[in-house]
Amino acid sequence: MVTFIGRIIIGTVREVINICSLLFDVLYWIFVAPFKRKVCRRESIFHQMIFIGLRSVFIVFFVSLFTGVVLAMQTAYQLEKMGAVLYVASLVAISLCRELSPVFTALVVAGRAGSAIAAELGTMKVSEQIEALETMAINPIRFLAVPRFIALFFMLPCLTVLGNFSGILGGFIVGTSSLHINSDLYMQTTFKYLELKDIYTGLTKSFVFAIIIALIGCYEGLNTRGGAEGVGRATTRSVVISFILIILADCVLTAIFYFSKM
Amino acid sequence: MSHNEHGKEIIISLKNVGKSFEGRRIINDVSLDVYCGETFVIMGCSGSGKSTLLRLMNGIIKPDKGVVSIKGKDITRLSVEGLDEVRKSFGMLFQYSALLDSLRVEENVSLPLKEHTKLDENIIRIIVKMKLSLVGMRGFEEYYPAQISGGMRKRVGLARAIALDPDIVFYDEPTSGLDPVVGGVTDKLIRDLSTKLLITSVVVTHNMQSVFKIADRIAMIHKGEVIEVGTSDQIRNSQNPYIQQFIHGSPAGPIDFFTEDAGVTEGLGL
Ligand SMILES: Nc1ncnc2c1ncn2[C@@H]1O[C@H](COP(=O)(O)OP(=O)(O)O)[C@@H](O)[C@H]1O
Ligand SMILES: [Mg+2]
Repeated sequence: MVTFIGRIIIGTVREVINICSLLFDVLYWIFVAPFKRKVCRRESIFHQMIFIGLRSVFIVFFVSLFTGVVLAMQTAYQLEKMGAVLYVASLVAISLCRELSPVFTALVVAGRAGSAIAAELGTMKVSEQIEALETMAINPIRFLAVPRFIALFFMLPCLTVLGNFSGILGGFIVGTSSLHINSDLYMQTTFKYLELKDIYTGLTKSFVFAIIIALIGCYEGLNTRGGAEGVGRATTRSVVISFILIILADCVLTAIFYFSKM
Repeated sequence: MSHNEHGKEIIISLKNVGKSFEGRRIINDVSLDVYCGETFVIMGCSGSGKSTLLRLMNGIIKPDKGVVSIKGKDITRLSVEGLDEVRKSFGMLFQYSALLDSLRVEENVSLPLKEHTKLDENIIRIIVKMKLSLVGMRGFEEYYPAQISGGMRKRVGLARAIALDPDIVFYDEPTSGLDPVVGGVTDKLIRDLSTKLLITSVVVTHNMQSVFKIADRIAMIHKGEVIEVGTSDQIRNSQNPYIQQFIHGSPAGPIDFFTEDAGVTEGLGL
């Protein structure tokens, strides 16, 4: 039993070290290598941005829209008792921007793009394509991981902003139709209490989440073993681990923002 | 560069190379020399460690012990940059081609050129066309690897391997999984490349039909050890029972698949 637990702990520690070293490799290829050698190709970053970003627009829009709707109804349920239904507007906006939109968008993108990264790189690994890159003296991290990193790093915050807007729209629909709040008043209340820091703490979170999704997707993909089954395992693991780390990071960041009064 | 006793230039040299995976010895104390310009065939049963030997030669994996030197440079001690420099001078054809799925045929072949040269787009396009016609794949530039057959993928893989005009090309089972005709064409292609372009070829195969057609010299390996090295004729006439069994593909002989798994044979009542 003790040896069993010990083995799990050692395995986890080794995994964490490997993941960190992948992160440092990626950072090296992004920040240090361009001054010495070739950078990663712009067209492949662009390609990844389209894949990760544009194709997630639809699902992010709907998830956030309905989150806004539900949030408006749930807060109205509470606020009606105090006769403060108007504040639904600001509550919806603030909790979306600070918390729900960054997290939900990250979870959606982890499920969609993170798993796709793991599956694609995993397939490349088991069919010797990664090895082929190495024999051609093309570094797989520069060639495959870096474009995905950069694409996610820029696209996830953009998607989060989209999520903010569509969530507020969801709240607006509920507020103006079933709660009978005047539409001008709803928008005024929304922006009266929503501060810039609410937006940028949310965006800070989404930058961190982007790193998590890209890192785990690439790590699981590049370390895939054992044929098609291994690819399936890598894909599932990438989603599960990203989800856990996103929630964990959210918790830590929220605590930091809260205690530093941000 | 070093020379052997007959004055031939040695381009790849393995000395006492050993490699284990998860505690299992896969390559056991292998020493080999490959001469400049020759076609060197490594033959052996599946699982005998042929692909692993090839990986050791091109530096994808590092040996646990021993020295692998290419053109006199010990590649086990090179930095990443140094190893990449050496790698640019060789090409590799993988067993399942290992073309990048997301790139078209043309992009696959032009990839090494785009990554490692500063050539103009148009010149690269011309080189790619040249390489593709060398392997008889002109006209398939716009296809994706998934849209062409296995034999065609291998030929595209070969075009990619020779894109940078390498000195050495490694082939991992170039004819396995191909029909006899395409296999024969591939053999001829390998032969032509080495005679016309003066490329040193290292070919891993267990296909006896192609071995004697393409080889200048042959090494037979079994369970990670080199059993014999010699010219085609020497190997063909060798009295070594392992080699005779392998050449004739007879089930009875010293190469025994059941020794390690005696339990299975007993269980079957054999
Ligand atoms: N990366 C690896 N990890 C663990 N075992 C390996 C690895 N690569 C090869 N092996 C083992 O080494 C043995 C020889 O493999 P390989 O060189 O591919 O044989 P061959 O190409 O001659 O068929 C096999 O038993 C295989 O299981
Ligand atoms: Mg093999």
